[in-house]
Amino acid sequence: MFGRLTVEAFKHDFVAMGGALTMVLVAFGIVAALTYYKKWGWLWREWLTTTDHKKIGKMYLYASIVMLLKGVADAGMLRAQQALASGAGNGYLSSEHFQQIFSAHGTTMIFFVAMGLMFALINFVLPLQIGARDVAFPFMNAVSFWLFVAGALLVNTSLVIGEFGAAGWLAYPPLSELAYSPGPGIDYWLWSIQIAGIGSLLSGINFTTTILKLRAKGMTMMKMPVFVWSVLGSMLLVIATFPILTATLLMLSLDRLAGMHFFTSAFGGDPMMYINLIWAWGHPEVYILILPAFGIFSEVVATFSRKRLFGYTSMVWAIGVITVLSFTVWLHHFFTMGAGGNVNAVFGIMTMIISVPTGVKVFNWLFTMYKGRISRMTPMLWFMGFLLSFTIGGVTGVLMAVPAIDFQVHNSLFLVAHFHNMVIGGVVFGYFCGLIYWFPKVFGYKLNEKLGRYAYWFWILGFFFAFAPLYVLGIMGATRRLDHYDASMGWQQLFIVAAGGVGLILVGVLLQVLQVVVSIVNRRKNLDKTGDAWGGRTLEWSIPSPAPIYNFAVLPVVKSRDDFWRMKEEGTTVKPKYEDILVPKNSGKSFVIGAAAFMFAFGLIWHMWWLACLTAVVAIVVLTVRLSDDETEYVITAKEVERIEKSRRPHAA
Amino acid sequence: MKKLFQKLAKDYYWRANNFGKKLVRAEESTPKSVKLIGLVTIFVATAIGLAWYLKGKNVAVFQPTGTIGEQQLRIIYIALILSAIVVIPVFIMAISFYVNFREDNKKSTYKPNWDHSKSIETVWWALPIVLIGVLSVITWNSSHQLDPFKSIASAESTLKIQVVSLDWKWLFIYPEQKVATVNYAYIPVNTPVDFQITSDAPMNSFWIPQLGSQVYAMSGMVTHLNSEATSEGVFTGSAANITGEGFAGMNFKINVVGSSAFSDWVESAKSSPFALDWDSYQKLAMPSKNVPDTTMTLADGSVFDLAVMKYMNPGLQLESFNSTSGGTY
Repeated sequence: MFGRLTVEAFKHDFVAMGGALTMVLVAFGIVAALTYYKKWGWLWREWLTTTDHKKIGKMYLYASIVMLLKGVADAGMLRAQQALASGAGNGYLSSEHFQQIFSAHGTTMIFFVAMGLMFALINFVLPLQIGARDVAFPFMNAVSFWLFVAGALLVNTSLVIGEFGAAGWLAYPPLSELAYSPGPGIDYWLWSIQIAGIGSLLSGINFTTTILKLRAKGMTMMKMPVFVWSVLGSMLLVIATFPILTATLLMLSLDRLAGMHFFTSAFGGDPMMYINLIWAWGHPEVYILILPAFGIFSEVVATFSRKRLFGYTSMVWAIGVITVLSFTVWLHHFFTMGAGGNVNAVFGIMTMIISVPTGVKVFNWLFTMYKGRISRMTPMLWFMGFLLSFTIGGVTGVLMAVPAIDFQVHNSLFLVAHFHNMVIGGVVFGYFCGLIYWFPKVFGYKLNEKLGRYAYWFWILGFFFAFAPLYVLGIMGATRRLDHYDASMGWQQLFIVAAGGVGLILVGVLLQVLQVVVSIVNRRKNLDKTGDAWGGRTLEWSIPSPAPIYNFAVLPVVKSRDDFWRMKEEGTTVKPKYEDILVPKNSGKSFVIGAAAFMFAFGLIWHMWWLACLTAVVAIVVLTVRLSDDETEYVITAKEVERIEKSRRPHAA
Repeated sequence: MKKLFQKLAKDYYWRANNFGKKLVRAEESTPKSVKLIGLVTIFVATAIGLAWYLKGKNVAVFQPTGTIGEQQLRIIYIALILSAIVVIPVFIMAISFYVNFREDNKKSTYKPNWDHSKSIETVWWALPIVLIGVLSVITWNSSHQLDPFKSIASAESTLKIQVVSLDWKWLFIYPEQKVATVNYAYIPVNTPVDFQITSDAPMNSFWIPQLGSQVYAMSGMVTHLNSEATSEGVFTGSAANITGEGFAGMNFKINVVGSSAFSDWVESAKSSPFALDWDSYQKLAMPSKNVPDTTMTLADGSVFDLAVMKYMNPGLQLESFNSTSGGTY
């Protein structure tokens, strides 16, 4: 009945018990609050069943923030252990627990924070920027989201029931094979990513189709905002690479569940094949995340410099070149595998070539600022922070692209500092920048600027204190993932500084939480009544904030880049002619599919075969029923649209 | 409760606002040159502070004691200088544009529609291409010259050391000297060494930072790390890739000594009461943590080959896996 799930799975050591109790208490608190305030019906109608891209975006945002808090807490625990565990000191974590935490930290941050924030932003902005009323497949969008949640929940469930994988965030075999990791931890890792990854693939198809098919009349490809271009590049990469991830994880699952030997070191398996495949997905994944951040900065720098984006065509080409080249560099993650001079040199040079279009983008942003009128609001601060840390990350990246140098820093903390430079300094700063920028469009009011500034300074200072010591530790020979080291190495002081840096970042995160709370309380003071919170240039600022359910009452006809800027300059207002609008109906089926996916994975992890079979059937049946349903939309009449528009735009008309 | 909270938030908001205003005013009253000098001072002070802090510390990659490590350090410097050609102008432009073209500086020129310049854009496509071109040549050459598989030319004959990554310790076998050690090794100075590396456990990475380069240790195959120490001393090596619970304790010491001292050490090792053969190897291969330095004589010269080839021999594998992992297969 319960497969290999026994009481043992609920037993944890003291520290792990803390994590488990936190999870249980949070879950209990949410259920209790919903019951006490009688909000279950509201939750179901307004959120769980929604197919509105803006609400789905909000839910992505909430889920990602929860996971971000968990991921930062993980980081704090890791550095605290390393600050303590020198020589005779053993720290407070067991090796096994420490290894689970860094595996969970990476998995959480990449799959459930970075990917989640990215999809939140794309859901918020993409349809609005291209003048569309929805994404191409609203129901599929909801399915993607619930698969994402199922994956995130699996990671959190592992805190309470059983354990998480302890083989790193990419779980290289043979360590992740049965012979060395027989427990359920790797299975949790496998299935949480597998399910979230399928959701990401569906999203990729969805947004690519949306960009290609749903642009407003007149918006040719070369009139699209650069954010849209960057999302197109990113989503094409999703479509091309996530199937590799799915297949790779499936093979590893078959090794673990069915006794196969794709990646075992014995019986003809080939672990090197896994490492190639996982990076054939994993390297493009980095660009999947960074491209939308580039797009965000392109929008923000132009808006806050009150100037057109410099070198639009260069930008587009740079995105295109990065998209293509990102497929040709995966081997630089394992120069040390001994592929030989020719292979290593080719992949090293390809890697360096990527720095050319990236550099071009940096120059274009700089010259967008040049001869502009820069308004130094928080989004611009995040851009400056990004520029600084991303450039440093770029230099260390070019160093490691030279195989001969990589042999000396690979697997060291130098590498860890480098990719945090890129992922925090690039991706996370970019998404924060975008969230502040588009917050009024989504929620209807601006975030508190002062607290945002304080949060920024704690983040940026914390970031340098947390990662500059890691560069030094790396060249001192400190490898990554150490839960203990000899006192004679002389690393402890730098580890303590790094832990302090994480502490500063933690303060930054708490300030951001406070910023949101204060902004909610004071929202009436900061309402965005015009819909154009920052003096924007693109279509999303032409509609009221928050955007109405149908986005555009009248579909725009685009004549130029920065079309809303043109409209404002020309100052032409036409009396709008309203029409009936088709809007997708709510559907609980996406939620059911997500829940079934969660139970399916849980069944496989704990070898409860009946549960896996049952839930697989449920998911397929529900999907089939939905696909045979033709009545998936309802009409908002022209009259109703007019009423909403008049109430939302007191100044217009 | 709700009211109290609103009041608290309001209060905080007020204070935050006012504090912020003072801050802005203070900023405006500082002349630009003072700010610039301040920035440069902070930068220089940080650099000096770091240099002072690292003095006397072991910064392995920047203090190489091996021919490979020395060449790698040279390439690091070249790559840094090439990068600086782009990065320094970027930093200068970023800060000066951010300062000069701020909203309230009405003296600066404002060209809201200037969005294109063929000549400028050509420069910043071309400049990185040229720099990367130069670095590519260096990359191509160094990838071949410093390929860890490539043996190092020397008047001295190359010392062969077989290395096995086990759960969780390193086994060093000297096939010619007929000795073996765990978690430490001796090598003669100014003599090329060919580490022949494999793993009889999860994939690991064999790295001696001061000598230079690391290479993965993988089961069923042999990788090579060619190295040559240029000065005597004791250097730390590490297991750079996670292999499970005990991997943090898998570091080892490489003792670089003169050639006569090396022969002396070999002689003393030969008097060890422990012998390494296939049976004792399998006992050693069982998972164990923080294993102390051990010295053995090599009773069976085929141990390394067996450890590699067992992954090609199903019978041998079954036996070995069942004994080390509790019969999972």
